[in-house]
Amino acid sequence: MSDYVIIGNSIAAIGTIEGIRKVDTTGTITVIGNENHFVYGRPLISYMLMGKTTLEKMNYRDLSFYDDNKVETILGVEVTAIDKDKKQVALSNGSTVSYKKLMLATGSRPFLPPMKGIELVEKKTSFMTIDDALKLDSMINSESNVLVVGAGLIGLKCVEGILSKVKSITVIDLANRVLPSILDEKGSDLVKASLEKKGVKFILGESIAEFTSAATATTTQGKELSFDTLVTAVGVRPNTQLFQAIGGQVNRGIVVDTLGKTSIEDIYAGGDCAECFDISCDTQRIVAILPNAYFQGRAAGISMAGGEEPFDQAMPMNSIGFFDLHIITAGSYIGDKDIVLDDENNYKVLFTKDNKLVGFIMIGDVQRAGIYTSLIRNKTPLDSIDYTLVREHPQLMAFTLKDRQEKLGRSH
Amino acid sequence: MKRVYVNEKWCLGCRLCEYNCAFANSGMTDMVKALNNVTINPRIKVEKANGISFAVQCRHCKDPICVRACIAGALHLDEDGVIRIDDTKCVGCHSCVMACPYGAIMPSQKGVMQKCELCLQNSSKEPACVKGCPNHAIVYEER
Amino acid sequence: MAINFIEPLYEVVRNQDRCIKCRVCENQCSNEVHRYDSDLKVMLSDETKCVNCHRCVALCPTKALKIVKSDNCFKENANWTQANMTSIYKQADTAGVLLSSMGNPEPLPVYWDKILINASQVTNPPIDPLREPMETRTFLGAKPKDIVKDKSGNIVNNLPPQLELSTPIMFSAMSYGSISYNAHESLARAATELGILYNTGEGGLHEDFYKYGPNTIVQVASGRFGVNKDFLNTGAAIEIKMGQGAKPGIGGHLPGQKVTADVSKTRMIPEGSDAISPAPHHDIYSIEDLRQLVYSLKEASDYKKPVIVKIAAVHNVAVIASGIARSGADIIAIDGFRGGTGAAPTRIRDNVGIPIELALATVDKRLRDEGIRDNVSLVVGGSIRSSADVVKAIALGADACYIATGALLALGCHLCRSCHLGRCNWGIATQRPDLTKRLNPDVGSQRLVNLIEAWTHEIKEMMGGMGINSIEALRGNRLMLRGVGLTEKELEILGIKHAGE
Repeated sequence: MSDYVIIGNSIAAIGTIEGIRKVDTTGTITVIGNENHFVYGRPLISYMLMGKTTLEKMNYRDLSFYDDNKVETILGVEVTAIDKDKKQVALSNGSTVSYKKLMLATGSRPFLPPMKGIELVEKKTSFMTIDDALKLDSMINSESNVLVVGAGLIGLKCVEGILSKVKSITVIDLANRVLPSILDEKGSDLVKASLEKKGVKFILGESIAEFTSAATATTTQGKELSFDTLVTAVGVRPNTQLFQAIGGQVNRGIVVDTLGKTSIEDIYAGGDCAECFDISCDTQRIVAILPNAYFQGRAAGISMAGGEEPFDQAMPMNSIGFFDLHIITAGSYIGDKDIVLDDENNYKVLFTKDNKLVGFIMIGDVQRAGIYTSLIRNKTPLDSIDYTLVREHPQLMAFTLKDRQEKLGRSH
Repeated sequence: MKRVYVNEKWCLGCRLCEYNCAFANSGMTDMVKALNNVTINPRIKVEKANGISFAVQCRHCKDPICVRACIAGALHLDEDGVIRIDDTKCVGCHSCVMACPYGAIMPSQKGVMQKCELCLQNSSKEPACVKGCPNHAIVYEER
Repeated sequence: MAINFIEPLYEVVRNQDRCIKCRVCENQCSNEVHRYDSDLKVMLSDETKCVNCHRCVALCPTKALKIVKSDNCFKENANWTQANMTSIYKQADTAGVLLSSMGNPEPLPVYWDKILINASQVTNPPIDPLREPMETRTFLGAKPKDIVKDKSGNIVNNLPPQLELSTPIMFSAMSYGSISYNAHESLARAATELGILYNTGEGGLHEDFYKYGPNTIVQVASGRFGVNKDFLNTGAAIEIKMGQGAKPGIGGHLPGQKVTADVSKTRMIPEGSDAISPAPHHDIYSIEDLRQLVYSLKEASDYKKPVIVKIAAVHNVAVIASGIARSGADIIAIDGFRGGTGAAPTRIRDNVGIPIELALATVDKRLRDEGIRDNVSLVVGGSIRSSADVVKAIALGADACYIATGALLALGCHLCRSCHLGRCNWGIATQRPDLTKRLNPDVGSQRLVNLIEAWTHEIKEMMGGMGINSIEALRGNRLMLRGVGLTEKELEILGIKHAGE
């Protein structure tokens, strides 16, 4: 029996714990996670492979975090079912845990479309977890030829992580450009060119037709590929099964309000398994990014413990780098497109709609990008600031004297 | 807690704060040795245009978005209210740059991120920008 | 003009080993002396533009700069000095009156430095101001001669209006226009915090500063700039400026470039117009005329405010003061020939007027001899440089001192004597917004408060040493003074004995 049970042990779970503890310092908390690791930021795994961080330093909170917050952890165990009437969850180890309030921070899992002959490939992995990364690391060496299926965020970060460790990398994607979820065409071209300079080969607009052996494949346009290691990074699916099984409301992800409440009493959800309201385009959808997971978790934790601090500023934002090329994007790419900068090393485009900034892409020079992010988040009317100035460079000078005094002369 | 506040009415745009910041965080004892023939990379930046100028550095928010956005757990809101970065954990992903509404976090020479930590742990022991401001345009106080 | 006859007086010496090219010197110099050369990657200086105000020196974070006197010289000549020759070249170039600022810099005698203060030994022991009370409070205004009783025998309060000062020091007249808004605010706030007074000068009173009225002396000068009923009633006292030490015999002159919108509103004159005060008050040609103005002002302010008449120390100052003491004025302010100013014709500044020490001594004696000393209080200014000068002035007979140059120094002035250019790098004698903002009144007022508190401490120490525990007991106590290196005549005028006597 635990006052608060959290399924999942990633960022949304940590947000939940910190949210609960903001309101309730004594109630018992149990975290059940299927990974046998201290909580870590998933995006770190590529940096670990690059040597920019190590397994020992990847802990997302101090190692005393669970103790400090009086959290019981059950790790390396799956939750197999939820009984909403008895208010308990069943675990893969055969035990059950009762809850007063339940948090679903179940995240997402790699999505693998059916690919003919994939069973022939021995050295293959997805790229989501520490275990995936460690597995990949053990499979490769300086003679490896790696095939990465998927030119999205996960696939390309994997490329960055291992490029210096292997002989060659080929990336294949059905889409005709890289990072289509966060970049426009010009941005994709710039990033692709920069990765090609580093030696990465791309096959775009095609997919694997068939794996013909453990080390060969043919593409839909008949190209023959040879490789020794396969990374699948096609996409992810939210883990909504447990909730769906008890009749909870699910669209693409679990439906929650700004307080993290689901359609079922005493069950909350947040993070990559849940939807939220994207303020940059006024749409209900999954915004599977790390800060969002934290904020949703925190809002849910606070409401689970009886408080109320809605999280109503969800929107996509991504900061991603490939070697020395940084990319920061946020919001939605709707409305008027204003290309501010477009040269060999830099690209900047702003999207404005109804007198507001709704999205941006910055590649290369990303200094102070957060000022743009805040314009989207705060829905700042662009006619209330000096848009010409802020368009050139993100700067506080573009705000009115009163706003600047508010920002720099008060505590926040 | 005591924070650094900026009153642009009195900012002269002299940029001494930037140099004092760079010196205080250089780990050296002599400013000439620390800064001569160096392009400084201070944690406080002066914005200057059309006769207006003011310095911007970390506001040490009580509910910091940068800390939430950090993928590595490298940014902390410490118990004394100061937001610090553990540069051994930071991987330089720039998520904090994406999040900070003041544009107050920037890359260091080491490739990881740096930010104002109020000089409490360097040789200055109190904000060097404040100490060196010739016109009290930057103050360090409770508000 | 093909030949440049005017050679720089200073050299900007930069220690290139210490310079970190932060360009603070460049962005702080309104005279555009410094610039960064991106080809050479060094800072360069053009000393022909330097006025030696030390802004760059003071702000240079690595102390890489110094300003030194140029040793570039003309052939030596004790009569035709380089300064005299340069003046000729300037006037031959421009046909103009030579202008300068901030008081007479010539090596004329400073009597304060030839007067020494007494201290008690053995008998009449010294007083320790840290352990015993020491009164520096000073009241300025006419004192009644007699005790008046009504028919029932009750004493009638016949005390004319008085100014109460916590210490016998006031900030003398500097107009808004000649100095900046922030300089004025610094003075006003410091005076209020200290319990003393500052003086508007002849530029009127900015509406923002009416709240400091109880610590403000409002000035009426020959140009009548900014004078109206509210102005007169807002101040704690009204000062009629007949003359000033820096330029006796002429009126103030504020160039149009300093008459900004705000200054124009405060002065009640058109923006950009030169504010030229007439040399005389055109309604005053006699003591009787002066008396009329004194009483007009008293009438306008309901007889609640003391009226001060300020004059420059000139040759027959004693007679003039005697007249003023009979005009109904409550306080006479005398300004010595070293008095500073935002701008004055150089020749007048350096050659007209007499030292304040002699003027004070002779006025005090004359008023005593005539039995009218209590008709007025005496305030003296014109280069009071330290607390010791204050003590000596009071012992010579002053009730209080006016300081202005000292106050501006506290605000950052380095006496570059270029106020008339309107580009003051310290934000004092300028109206350029980018320069005036350099003087933050939070800082400025605190520095003024510090200065006056420090002087007051020192005054108490010196009084204690003499065994005197109040300003009252020091006033006119010339036995506490001795002269050194003075002639019989000088000692006679000062009314003091020579050291050793």
